[in-house]
Amino acid sequence: MAATEEVTLLDLWASPFGQRCRIALAEKKVEYEYIEQNLADKSELLLRSNPVHKKIPVLLHAGRSICESLLIVEYIDETWPSPSPLLPADDPYARARARFWARYVDDKLFDCQTRLWKLKSGEPAHEQAKEDLVQALTTLEAELGDRDYFGGEAFGFVDVALVPFTAWFHTYEKFGGGVAEELCPRLVAWAHRCKERNSVAMAIADPHKLYDFVLYLKQKFGAK
Amino acid sequence: MGSPELVKVIATFDSPFSHRAEAALRLKGVPYELVLEDLRNKSDLLLTHNPVHKMVPVLLHGGRAVCESLVIVEYVDETFQGPPLLPADPHRRATARIWARFIDDKCTKPLWLALWTNGDAQEGFVKEIKENLALLEGQLNGKRFFGGDAVGYLDVAASPFAYWLEVLEEVSGVSLATADEYPDLCRWAKEYTSDDKVMKCLPDRAKLLAHFTAMKDRYITTARSTATNCLPA
Repeated sequence: MAATEEVTLLDLWASPFGQRCRIALAEKKVEYEYIEQNLADKSELLLRSNPVHKKIPVLLHAGRSICESLLIVEYIDETWPSPSPLLPADDPYARARARFWARYVDDKLFDCQTRLWKLKSGEPAHEQAKEDLVQALTTLEAELGDRDYFGGEAFGFVDVALVPFTAWFHTYEKFGGGVAEELCPRLVAWAHRCKERNSVAMAIADPHKLYDFVLYLKQKFGAK
Repeated sequence: MGSPELVKVIATFDSPFSHRAEAALRLKGVPYELVLEDLRNKSDLLLTHNPVHKMVPVLLHGGRAVCESLVIVEYVDETFQGPPLLPADPHRRATARIWARFIDDKCTKPLWLALWTNGDAQEGFVKEIKENLALLEGQLNGKRFFGGDAVGYLDVAASPFAYWLEVLEEVSGVSLATADEYPDLCRWAKEYTSDDKVMKCLPDRAKLLAHFTAMKDRYITTARSTATNCLPA
């Protein structure tokens, strides 16, 4: 059965997208080889495995490669349905809601945070990025509501999609995006709840180390 | 599996994303009511059921709303009986989803900007969309459809290139995908638009042409503004 064949993850320590995959693999208790990538000097293996985008994360399994973090997480969930099903197997509506909100994290939250660190502080576009970030966090906060997890009582797909970004709350605050405990207290509580899971605690970045990394990215790639 | 509850699709006649939702339903043989939306005057129905994005398409089923066209296609595939749109094998499913994401994340924006901008910026977008269309075409690999012998998820996802692209090329005067350059893609486009279920939810070509022509100046203005605001790569 293909599920027992070797699994490799090409990744970068700071990547929230890679962290999603690490969390999913850990939840499923799948053993895998982690290979840290140097994106400034891309390895042969990465270029061969993801020739179109040349980006991490890439999951290699049974000689095949899968890219795009949310699709990797779905693949992991489908290939190893237990333990810890991340998408409910028998509820298409719940699955649709989960896919919608996971995409929201990619399309809205990630976009805002990229603009927040890349653009020049004080410029109108940067002010817009701050507003958009607050909007995104507020929307996610409202969607979580009073539930323990986005899917209800069990840790699931949207939680995996979003939780790596909680390490960025410290960075958001440093870039003027607001204080998470004030903006989205339920999300902060939810993040603590998720971090009690070993899979999450082991995967997500240290917020201060991440902030230093973002400063390096800004210096290298940010608007001058 | 299957459901007797009424299905509605909130859509606009010209949107290929709305078409994806309708195509999925028709391929599964699910009857539905089409609710046409005026995006300049959004209805309470739309705003209630897609408060986050306020966009079409929205699928309403048993009083619940599903938003985002590709999410809708998967929901329809999982909920209703009929020929499967996605294959059973997890890797083949992932591959279909990856290329559908590629279309939405890497093709639609450069396509739009290639059609309506000008000068050096346009050259860049034209190069980008042509490269990406070539990559997408490669996924056909001699098959009749992306899905194999029958229309599937990725065919529905790629539908903008089967029908809308050619009309947009005519309105804009920009040629992006000739049959000489993209023989497989153009052959696939004919196959897709000839499918007896798909053709029932393709908008009338003359009406689509007239609509895009009427909107052309607005498309040009917003595209050029978008292009100047693009983040440095």
